[in-house]
This record gives sequence, structure tokens and C-alpha cells, in this order.
Amino acid sequence: MVIGLSHYLVVAAILFTIGVLGIFLNRKNVIIILMCLELILLSVNINFVAFATHMGDLAGQVFALFILTVAAAEAAVGLAILVVYFRNRGDIAVEDVNLMKG
Amino acid sequence: MGQFTFLFGEIVLAVSALVLLMVGAFGGSKSTSFIRYASIVALLIFGFAGVFLNAQGSSFDGAFLSDKFSHYVKALIGIAAASALWFSRDYFKRERLDQFEYSILMLFAVLGMGVMVSAGNLLTLYIGIEMQSLALYVMAAFNRDSLRASEAGLKYFVLGALSSGMLLYGTSLIYGFTGTLDFAEIAMHLEQTGNPGAGIIAGLVFLLSGLAFKISAAPFHMWTPDVYEGSPTPVTGFFAGAPKLAALALITRVIMGPFEGMEAAWQQVIIVLAVLSMVIGAVGALTQTNIKRLMAYSSIANMGYALVALAAGGAGGVTGMLIFMSIYLITVIGAFACILQMRTRDGMVEQISDLGGLSHSNMPLASFITMMMFSLAGIPFFMGFFGKWYAFAPAFNSGLAWLVVIALIASVVGAFYYLRIIKTIWFDEQAQSFVKAPVSLSFLSSAAGLLIFPILLLPFVAAPARNVIEAAASSLF
Repeated sequence: MVIGLSHYLVVAAILFTIGVLGIFLNRKNVIIILMCLELILLSVNINFVAFATHMGDLAGQVFALFILTVAAAEAAVGLAILVVYFRNRGDIAVEDVNLMKG
Repeated sequence: MGQFTFLFGEIVLAVSALVLLMVGAFGGSKSTSFIRYASIVALLIFGFAGVFLNAQGSSFDGAFLSDKFSHYVKALIGIAAASALWFSRDYFKRERLDQFEYSILMLFAVLGMGVMVSAGNLLTLYIGIEMQSLALYVMAAFNRDSLRASEAGLKYFVLGALSSGMLLYGTSLIYGFTGTLDFAEIAMHLEQTGNPGAGIIAGLVFLLSGLAFKISAAPFHMWTPDVYEGSPTPVTGFFAGAPKLAALALITRVIMGPFEGMEAAWQQVIIVLAVLSMVIGAVGALTQTNIKRLMAYSSIANMGYALVALAAGGAGGVTGMLIFMSIYLITVIGAFACILQMRTRDGMVEQISDLGGLSHSNMPLASFITMMMFSLAGIPFFMGFFGKWYAFAPAFNSGLAWLVVIALIASVVGAFYYLRIIKTIWFDEQAQSFVKAPVSLSFLSSAAGLLIFPILLLPFVAAPARNVIEAAASSLF
């Protein structure tokens, strides 16, 4: 069996879905949400690289590099906010992030 | 110089942000106030650079566009951000939060907005949005000793990053099925192939959902009330203005640029977003007791009205959106300048009941809040009325009369909660009176109050301002 473009796209779509579902179904820990966000970004990277190789166009691979850089910055900001939250709350369970409602 | 004239404003912002960061790092807390004023100057230079240089063209192979539309929107963003930075001064001083990083974050956020507004390429679009969002996440959690602020930052971060992920997935599909990242080439590809495939439509829907998160349009609005309530009040005032306009301008650029030929596809998405935002914004606000939460639902509803104008499409729709957003920005800056004056001897208060009997203790503030609320409700002969008029007229003319009817019903429901605030101010028992407001805040609230009072202003600026906005809108086509 030849592994073609569609196989990569299916893998990326599955990873993306797992990432999105993980954010909404996870009831335990905010760290898991951060991992799901990384999963979403990486699934997009697979998409970009697969398309770029398929078309022989470099722009998609350049975009993938940009996403990697931004993902690193995003993880840094996210973890920093999480640390601040942990200092104030003493806990990072998702169920406890409920001070404001309505 | 050449192509760098097009991004003169952005270069000023980037360089001043880096230089001021160094000044702050070495100067410590003594330099905070200098950095704030320098940042305000940089923001105003950024805002007016486009208008005065009036350089039209594109840099970096079409990745960065400079046209009348971007000049106009950047001028508004620059003014809104400069006022937001100005009205943060007194609040941060009194709450002992006065750190220079706030001004730097504001500069980076506005730099991101500038890139968004000028995006001519899917990569610029993404980089702009991320630069803006990463700075905004930190600003939401700026009061790091407050549990509410850090919870607001956490929620904003998680949902914002999720929306960026959706936006990116859409981008990758559009790239894959058109073979290019460039807006102009995407438009050309769509024109040649005629019938866009399912892949491109799915990509467009993902892209628009990601952008809808950024303007807090329903059904992607869940972060808005919590973030507005938890963030420090000046940050909330900033969130309600400039970032919304930047994201809306980006949506306009995307649907009127590369996807202009797919109007049937995006119009449905925009209409659904508009109807849901107006309904949820109007109904959600009815039971709120916190004024910042109420302003959150109000901004959701107002984004719905702006989307009504965009749904009409064409230069007329863009003109309507720009007029509506200009008036909305003035009103919202004035409203938050008023909310920031709600300080009793024990500190800031933010319940609507705290405004009780304000007309007896502080007549000027009471009348300015009343004017802002009348304008937001769209009562005739305040500017808000004309904003809605120009937003709904193009939709009505392009055969979306039923959408305008929904918008009007939502406005009437919305008028109820604005009028409830006015009733509290003028007819309720007096609550604890507020301390005297600093000059900077009362200046901003009175300036905005005068601007939304059309009898003073409309005869002099209406026609010239309309010409400027129409030129800005038609530069997209």
C-alpha cells in the first residue's frame, strides 16, 4: 500500500479531533489541556507539511516552522499564567476554575 | 526606504517597544511613568503614520498590505489603545499595580493588531493574531495576586489558544486545496476553478470560527463575561475596543478579499454568527448585576450588529461596519472611563446597585453614564443611533430585511438593561458616594460624552467623515 496525501490528512484530522475533545472532556488537570493544545498545533503541522510535500511548494513547510516557534511562545505564556493561577488557588483541577459564572 | 514606508507605523511600535523594555529593565519602577507617556506617543504615531504618509501598496510580495482601509482602522486602533493606556494610569497607581510591563504589552498587542489589519497572506494573518493574543493573555492576568484575574487569564488563554488552533486548521486546508498562502492568489484560484470544493469551504468555516472567537461572537463567546469580569478594569476597557476592531477588520479583509467570490458560503456563516450574538448578547445581559459582565454581553451584542453590516457584503456593508465600529469605540472608551470612576473610599466597586442615586452625589458623572448608555441603546439623536442606522441600512438594502428585524428586536431588548442602569442612577436609593475622580478620567469621559452628542458634532463632521470612511471601504475592492 502506498501512503498518500489522504493518509496524512486523516491522521492529522484524527489528532485534531482528539485534541479538541481532550480540552472539553478532560475534567482533571489544566496541564492536560495544554498538552491537547500542543496536539492541535502539531496536527496542523502534519497537514501543512503533507500538503507542501505533495505540491512541491516550500511555503507550507515555512509555515510549519513558524507554527513551531509560536507554539513554544504560547506554551511559555500558558505555563506562566498557570503558575500564577496555582499560586493563588493552590490547585489546578479543571473543576475548580469556577470562581466566575453566569 | 521603498517598501518600508508601508510599515513605518509598525516599525515605530516594534522599535519603541524594545527600547522602552530596556529602559524599564534598567530604570526600574522610577521609569514607569516615562514609559507610559512614551508608549502613548508611540501609539499615536502608529495610528496617524498611515493617514499622514498615505502610502498605498504592498510589502514583502503582497504579505503586508497598506491601503486606505488599513490606514483608517489603524488610526482608530491607535487612538483607542492610547486612551486605554491613559485611563489605566490612575487605576494601576491606586491598586499598587503600576508596573512598566503593562505599557510594553500594550505596544506589542497593538503591533499584532497592525499586522492583522494589514495582512495580505495567511502567514501574516496568523502571526498578527498570535502576537496580539499572547500579549492580551498576559494583560488579562496582569493583577497576578488576584485569583479572579489569574482565572480570567487562564480561561482566556485556553479558549484563545483553542481558537487559534481552529483557525490554523482552516488555514492549512485552504493552503492545501488552493496551493497558495497569498490572498490575491487564492482569489485568482477560486475565480479560475469556479466551484470551490468541500475542502476550501471547510477551511473557510474553520478560519471564520477562529476569528469569531477573537471578536467574541456567539456561539464562541463563552470566555467573554468571565474575562471581562476578572481582568483589571482598564484592561477590560481595552479588550472591549481595539482588539475587537482589529479582528473585525481582519474578518472583513478575509471575506472581501480572497473569498469575495464565495459570498454565498461566508454570508451564511456571518448571518448565523450575527443572529446568535445579538440574541445571546441581549438576553444574557438581562440578569447581570456586575457592570463589567454587563458590558461583556453588551459587546457580544454589538459585535452582532457589526456583523449584520458585514453580512450585506460589498463596499456599502464595509462602510456601515466602519461607521458603527467608530461610534462604538468612542462610546465604549467613554463608558469605561466612567466605570473607572466608580471608586468609593474602600476601593473600586463594580455592581450596578453601587450606582444608586448617583445623580444626587455626582451629577456630571451621572449624566455622562446616562449619555453613554443612551448611545449604546441606540436612542435617537445620540451617535449610537446613527451607528446602528448605518449598520442596518446596507443589510436592509441587500434584501436581508428579516435580519434587520431581528437586530431591531435585539436592540429593544438591549435597551431594557441600559435603561435599568439609568433608572438606578436617577431614581434609586443613594449608595455610598464615590471619591473625586482624577482629571485624566473625567477628561476622557467628558470628551467621549461630547463626541456622542450629535447636535454638537454631526453638522460639522458627518459628511467629511463619511467620505473618508467610504474611501477606506472602497479601497478593499
